[in-house]
Amino acid sequence: MRLEIKDLHVFYGKIEAIKGISITVNQGEIVTLIGANGAGKTTMLKTISGLRPVASGQILFDGKDISKVPAHERVGLGISQAPEGRGIFPGMTVLENLEIGKYFRKERKSEMVEDLEKVYSLFPRLKERATQAGGTLSGGEQQMLAIGRALMARPKVLLLDEPSMGLAPMMIANIFRIITEINNTGTTILLVEQNAQQALQRAHRAYVLETGHVVKEAKASDLLNDPAVRAAYLGTGAANH
Amino acid sequence: MNFSVVVSQFWPLLINGLALGFIYVLISLGYTMVYGVLRLINFANSEIFMVGTFATVIVSRNFFGFNQNTDPLHGFKLVYTLGACLLASMLVSGVTAVLVEIVAYRRLRAKGTNRLASLISAIGVSIILQEGVRILTHSVPMSNPRLLRKAYIFNIGSVGLRVDTLLVIFFAAILFFLVDRFVSKTLLGKAIRAVSMSEETSKLMGVNLNRVISATFLIGGMMTGAAAFLYETVYENTKYNVGFSIGLAAFTAAVLGGIGNLRGAFLGGLSLGLLEEFAAAILGTQWKSVTVFLVLVLVLLFKPNGLFGEAVQQTRV
Ligand SMILES: Nc1ncnc2c1ncn2[C@@H]1O[C@H](COP(=O)(O)OP(=O)(O)OP(=O)(O)O)[C@@H](O)[C@H]1O
Ligand SMILES: [Mg+2]
Repeated sequence: MRLEIKDLHVFYGKIEAIKGISITVNQGEIVTLIGANGAGKTTMLKTISGLRPVASGQILFDGKDISKVPAHERVGLGISQAPEGRGIFPGMTVLENLEIGKYFRKERKSEMVEDLEKVYSLFPRLKERATQAGGTLSGGEQQMLAIGRALMARPKVLLLDEPSMGLAPMMIANIFRIITEINNTGTTILLVEQNAQQALQRAHRAYVLETGHVVKEAKASDLLNDPAVRAAYLGTGAANH
Repeated sequence: MNFSVVVSQFWPLLINGLALGFIYVLISLGYTMVYGVLRLINFANSEIFMVGTFATVIVSRNFFGFNQNTDPLHGFKLVYTLGACLLASMLVSGVTAVLVEIVAYRRLRAKGTNRLASLISAIGVSIILQEGVRILTHSVPMSNPRLLRKAYIFNIGSVGLRVDTLLVIFFAAILFFLVDRFVSKTLLGKAIRAVSMSEETSKLMGVNLNRVISATFLIGGMMTGAAAFLYETVYENTKYNVGFSIGLAAFTAAVLGGIGNLRGAFLGGLSLGLLEEFAAAILGTQWKSVTVFLVLVLVLLFKPNGLFGEAVQQTRV
């Protein structure tokens, strides 16, 4: 697996949200995109998943340009996403939410039991709540469900958009621990975060985005010690540490 | 006003109201399922009903060669003839619904136009279909040969139950049950529900939106077509504008139950059918259609989410 984005430009109407971004995600890595509100992080993930059209530039997945592949086919290639705000189907049960994570897979029947077990062992809480409506879960549980559902697709690369958003510190620690755990089983992760402290501690490499540009690219551990980054993104995070 | 009929005619009114209500239930599935996935009121659904009625009549007249003088059928022949008419109606209505979506809505959707454009397009297709059939049939009503003898098969107290009415209730109930199961249990059904909750997240799951939308139109259209067949079995005639009032009633039923909601369509359809039947008996038949309009206006004014909107949210398409 290798995801390589070259000189990407993305628009909302006339507004250019991504102004020539190039990033690379290698097999086995956790790569994080950090940046202030409106920097374009969500737009990057949406574009990789095919929800936003590419104005120009390339999205190379294992060397092939997939920027014209429709969104619903990209899951099949091995790209799955737990979107910003979690996107749980509120009227479906936890189990149904997980099942639909396998929607596109032909092998869904034979894999279902095994993959449900995997997700349940990562998130035992989901098993207890299997028959509960997704919309009635707590924020933390919904985040678990969003990640679990994305895993049901057996992704090669997992895109996570602010998994820590709105969660209590304990739950944040829990989610980040699980992200590392998922990565340890061989799934590559592209992680978008506001919580730069935690993200940089977990990631191998990081990109700092500002208003549609990459302004810094480095090993995550280096960024943790970078004074400029500390001042801009780790103000409160560093204090918590 | 004549309230005594409610007592003296209670059973026939109830049964006829249910039969009419079940026809509304099936048609309102056409409105409600489409609304669920597209947030669009498919005004062409009344014409999808209309083409279904013609499919039934044409199959029995032109394909089987029956006419007004034909004796009612019996046994196996009756079953397969009615079966063929039912299938033809479902198929013609289902396919028409799918085509309407592809022709009238899909490209507007791809362009990202607003809902008003689709609504106007819906009314446009509706007019085209209606006028098309009007020209083809020279505005002449067509009657459906009576294949099923309208016998009274058993009695509740002093009141006989007619076989065609029972057929409507029986078939419509089965079809509704099947659709409800389909939507809640099958993978495609789950995808339909997923799309109705979030298009964007559904795509992330690998759901092919256009395919799911076509499936929704197909199922909604087939149910509307089944209703058309049942309608012909009871009322035995059709005309290019047959869909107008009955389509409006079914739409009212869908709104009454909370549009976008399968079980709401069920409850809304039955309530409206019963209400219409009893109101007609009490106030006089000239008030029948007025009841429908009145219900529509009142619901939109006071309960725009439908009577059962909250209670049955979980069953949203
Ligand atoms: N649907 C939209 N229509 C118009 N502009 C949009 C839309 N979505 C995002 N934008 C704009 O694109 C830019 C990037 O937004 P994006 O959501 O990608 O930021 P982000 O980095 O994810 O921010 P946050 O951290 O707040 O989630 C912003 O200026 C935003 O206003
Ligand atoms: Mg964002």
